[in-house]
Amino acid sequence: MKTVGLFIVLLFGGLLVYGTIDFPPWGDPDTPASRHVSERYIEKTVEETGVPNMVTSVLADYRGYDTLGETTVIFAAGVCCAILLRRSSK
Amino acid sequence: MIEHFEDLIVQTTCRLLIPFIQLFALYVIAHGHHSPGGGFQGGCILGASFILLCLAYDIRRAKQWMTESLNSLFCCIGVSIYAGIGLVCLALGGNYLDYSRLHKILPVDPVGARSLGILCVEIGVGLTVMAVMLSIYLNVASGGRHEDALK
Repeated sequence: MKTVGLFIVLLFGGLLVYGTIDFPPWGDPDTPASRHVSERYIEKTVEETGVPNMVTSVLADYRGYDTLGETTVIFAAGVCCAILLRRSSK
Repeated sequence: MIEHFEDLIVQTTCRLLIPFIQLFALYVIAHGHHSPGGGFQGGCILGASFILLCLAYDIRRAKQWMTESLNSLFCCIGVSIYAGIGLVCLALGGNYLDYSRLHKILPVDPVGARSLGILCVEIGVGLTVMAVMLSIYLNVASGGRHEDALK
């Protein structure tokens, strides 16, 4: 059983390492991820939102819907924890 | 169960430190526009200050500061602020979470309204994260029985 487990781990580890070969070079500005909307955010953030911190403007404004979902996930985690664990002592 | 202990040095240090930790948390939330920070990070620091209170004193003392109902209220208010601002933008004729529409009800231009909208949703995120952090800690640390936690 241990041999099978080791084989599966090595197989998927090898697949993951093989996948990294296709990655673009580190910090390359011509990759698809850097060419899509990043340039627009970098150029227009201060002009459009008046916020010097690009991370904040992308997080809460351009990608505000995503952050709303994150907040809801945290809220749901807290509520689930309370529902599952909270017991009255009486 | 958690054993009750009293340590003068720990308690005094925490009593002195907690106001500054909370002030720093509010700074991190409010200053997210200009420096690393924002609702998630500030809310975590704020929640950690209450957890420190639980650790230095006990759960009962911490719940005198932040009662369970108040904590649950903060939890809901935070998400409601965020979703509510989105609905207000919708009502003012924009898209959901399009803060620039807020300039119709605020005395600022559309760019300033987007900046203010970001600040408001960060405050909402901070409230929820703070309340959830404390709630999860209290429930996990005491196994859900806050009142029996000290025996």
